Amino acid sequence: MTVAVRVRRALGTHWYAWTMVAPVVLVIGVIIGYPLARGVLLSLTDADEANVERNIGVNHLPATYRFTGLDNYKAVLTDGVFWDRLGWTVTWTVACVSLTFLIGLALANMLNRPLRGRTAYRLALILPWAVPAFISVFTWRMLYNEKNGILNKLLAGGGIDAVPWLNDPTWAKLSVIAVNVWLGVPFMLVALLGGLQSIPGELYEAAEMDGASAWQRFRHITLPGLRAVSSTVVLLSTIWTFNMFPVIFLLPRGGPGDATEILVTYAYRLSFVDSPRDFSMSATWGVLILLLLSAVAVVYRRALRKQGEVW
Amino acid sequence: MTRTPPARTGTRRRAERSRLASAGLHLTLAAAAVIAVFPPLWLLVTSFKPRNDAFSTGLVTHFTFANYTHVVADTEFLAWFKNSVLIVGVTTVLGVFLAATTGYAVSRFRFPGMRPLMWLLLITQMFPVAVLIVPLYNLLAGLGLLNQPAGLVITYLTIAVPFCAWMMKGFFDTIPVEIDEAGRVDGLNPFGTFWRLVLPLARPGLAVTGFYTFVTAWAEVAYASAFMTGEENLTLAGGLQTFVNQYTNDWGSMTAAAVIIAVPAALVFAFAQRHLVAGLTAGTTKG
Repeated sequence: MTVAVRVRRALGTHWYAWTMVAPVVLVIGVIIGYPLARGVLLSLTDADEANVERNIGVNHLPATYRFTGLDNYKAVLTDGVFWDRLGWTVTWTVACVSLTFLIGLALANMLNRPLRGRTAYRLALILPWAVPAFISVFTWRMLYNEKNGILNKLLAGGGIDAVPWLNDPTWAKLSVIAVNVWLGVPFMLVALLGGLQSIPGELYEAAEMDGASAWQRFRHITLPGLRAVSSTVVLLSTIWTFNMFPVIFLLPRGGPGDATEILVTYAYRLSFVDSPRDFSMSATWGVLILLLLSAVAVVYRRALRKQGEVW
Repeated sequence: MTRTPPARTGTRRRAERSRLASAGLHLTLAAAAVIAVFPPLWLLVTSFKPRNDAFSTGLVTHFTFANYTHVVADTEFLAWFKNSVLIVGVTTVLGVFLAATTGYAVSRFRFPGMRPLMWLLLITQMFPVAVLIVPLYNLLAGLGLLNQPAGLVITYLTIAVPFCAWMMKGFFDTIPVEIDEAGRVDGLNPFGTFWRLVLPLARPGLAVTGFYTFVTAWAEVAYASAFMTGEENLTLAGGLQTFVNQYTNDWGSMTAAAVIIAVPAALVFAFAQRHLVAGLTAGTTKG
């Protein structure tokens, strides 16, 4: 093969590739890139409900907000609220992801063996995933209802006092974590079960023949075999949990007070719940959240690359 | 997919478990299954109770469809349902369609700009609602698209497109490159290979990606709550909030509406779940 042919083929290949990615690049540029740029811009202003461009009746009012540089960032980072919310968001994410992963892994291992009723168990365990999250959240709100909810009635049957599931800061935190784990386990289970089933059975047979114990087989065959799939699902799960809006917004509604408010719901609250709507502050929180997540992803990818996974 | 499903390979046939271990296994799984099933089941049960009994602890004593007829006849529920189906349907089709070629290109070709693109797809996926919601709100307000289905479709595409592209890449990775090579040997260009050979094989992947997109959009709360106002414009996620909020506590209607909302989602899930495990694991078993 001559060099000329190779170069021509390379060009041809890139041409096809670029054409194929064009639609997505275009869409992302227009509907994500542009709003993102405006979001960053907003975070550098003092825009709120009263001074953005808007229409009142037939009158068109032009925007009158001013550029304020990094003042918003200074204000957010020196204010305790942001750090409080960040602390709880990290706790929430770590607790949810680790519990979800461990429970998912345990259940996947249990299901990945000859077992009577395997399909039935699998279907039952996947059910929380099949129901839209906001429906489940409303259902849990009903179960958690302090006066009349079934959980407290069951406890009362056992002579235990009503638990303020959503009305006490600590209980509310535990309650939302429980619901989020409940919601997240099926995804982990299915992904990890898939991973388990792709590990060749011969490996286990060979190990067994060599006298490896169950724990050794788990440690040296199962865990390495699951690495690729676990790294993906843990990253996904971390991002999803960090940004998990509906559970916090609909279940305790961020309360009591703002005890369960995570960064995302708090930023939302600034621009759409509290009055007056503070667009610039909300955008500032948004940019900070994005920076945090990007940092997490970079560190995570780097860690993966060290283990020899690249793209 | 014509390949034999890899489902069995890892299921090991070990020496028999002890009876005690077996009992423990079943007990744990049964407990987990009960925890998983109880809330949706309780929702279903409650929806058939008269509205004043919504919180009774027993099973249904006075079976009634009153909650359902009330929700369908006396509320804007059908309008919400229509809005949701329209918005979510268009989002899913557009999302999968736009993302398929990109997923393929990223999976098969090494081209300048690929790594930044992968990063872009990953980063945009974790865009929190909080970054985009204010600018999108202002943007849609400027275009007169607030309270319009089109506005929400555009918004949801910001979630769906990066996500679908990323998922599709994963699925295309699982289809043997030999198939592409065979196509090339037979004189197909990359578009032809993609369209005629690879895409048909990726059907489970398309189904699963479409399913994820559908479910994500069907259950989206933040944008829907912020961008759609006025009772007849709400989507289901917004509408359900009107039954139970700080002013009203209509749990009966909430449960009935919730059941009607959950059923289509569960059906789509049942359709896609056949491909779920195969889709997630396909190819990883090949030597």
